Amino acid sequence: MVESGPGMDPDVLSTAADWHAAGRKVALATVVATWGSSPRPAGSQLAVDDTGAMVGSVSGGCIEGTVVHEARAVMEDGEPRLLTFGVSNERAWEVGLACGGTVQVYVEAVE
Amino acid sequence: MKRPLLDRLLAARAARTPVAMVTDMGTGQQTLVFPDAVHGAFAPDAERLAAVRTMLAEDRSGLIGDEDEDVRLFVNVFAPPLRLIVVGAVHIAQSLVPMAGLAGFAVTVVDPRSAFATPERFPGVALVHDWPDDALAALAPDSRTAVVTLTHDPKLDDPALKTALPSAAFYVGALGSRRTHTLRCERLRTDGVNDEALARLHAPVGLRIGAVTGAEIAVSILAEVIATRRGTAPARP
Repeated sequence: MVESGPGMDPDVLSTAADWHAAGRKVALATVVATWGSSPRPAGSQLAVDDTGAMVGSVSGGCIEGTVVHEARAVMEDGEPRLLTFGVSNERAWEVGLACGGTVQVYVEAVE
Repeated sequence: MKRPLLDRLLAARAARTPVAMVTDMGTGQQTLVFPDAVHGAFAPDAERLAAVRTMLAEDRSGLIGDEDEDVRLFVNVFAPPLRLIVVGAVHIAQSLVPMAGLAGFAVTVVDPRSAFATPERFPGVALVHDWPDDALAALAPDSRTAVVTLTHDPKLDDPALKTALPSAAFYVGALGSRRTHTLRCERLRTDGVNDEALARLHAPVGLRIGAVTGAEIAVSILAEVIATRRGTAPARP
């Protein structure tokens, strides 16, 4: 994890804290495990707010859409979710990883 | 994630304190593990706490426990950024410094020649105008620090290298041709730097990618620093 600085992406956690302080609902998605090739290592994070704004990433872009969808559900009910994406997943046809890897993403609300 | 815990995590990062956010995947409870303290909703047992601290020391995030175990923890390690100390506020540094920033390094530029190390040439970068050996001693390179000398001037490079080589820095590199390097090694040896320390020196600096321009040389240097950090640097011929 790096701090934000000139020319760098905005920091995920401090952005999440700012959004939350501004009264927005915020969910945080974190890569907890990967198998095979996957673009983002464990610990990679994506923050989403209730307007659909997002910062950070949990993949090369292939699963972000579904993660954002789940994040909005987590914002509503406050229940964390563990999502699994990969070729072995029954939804692979829908949101499979093009790289052939498998990734587990934990989605939780900032509360 | 509870807001007070998030704030505490952000404060630890701002203070450059290593910290791990530990999540119990069963209950969703979270706790922060510091090198010398635990703060949060639960305290891992001694065995798991030791495992978390090992991951903290190794800057490695991941799960502890298999899916069939009753307790499964996700450990997200937030280590302070790697540091890069660049000696010589020269042309190559003007490419290397922003590139290293993008790659996540906290960069400090050392050059006593204040005409070189100016905020105009290095906007937003920590600049040190002390003599390189004093500067390096004060910056105290640790195992998360890389040091690169770029001045081409033995008056500046040598004192920096004499301080950096015996330090814990994970990478020490020096710009200069093979011939320059041979002469440099002779001088440093005469000054009491032993062969073991000299063997640590990456020189001529950078991976061999046929770099020509300042920016290309910066890419080769940064690539070698990263490869060394990841343990995949090719052996030098």
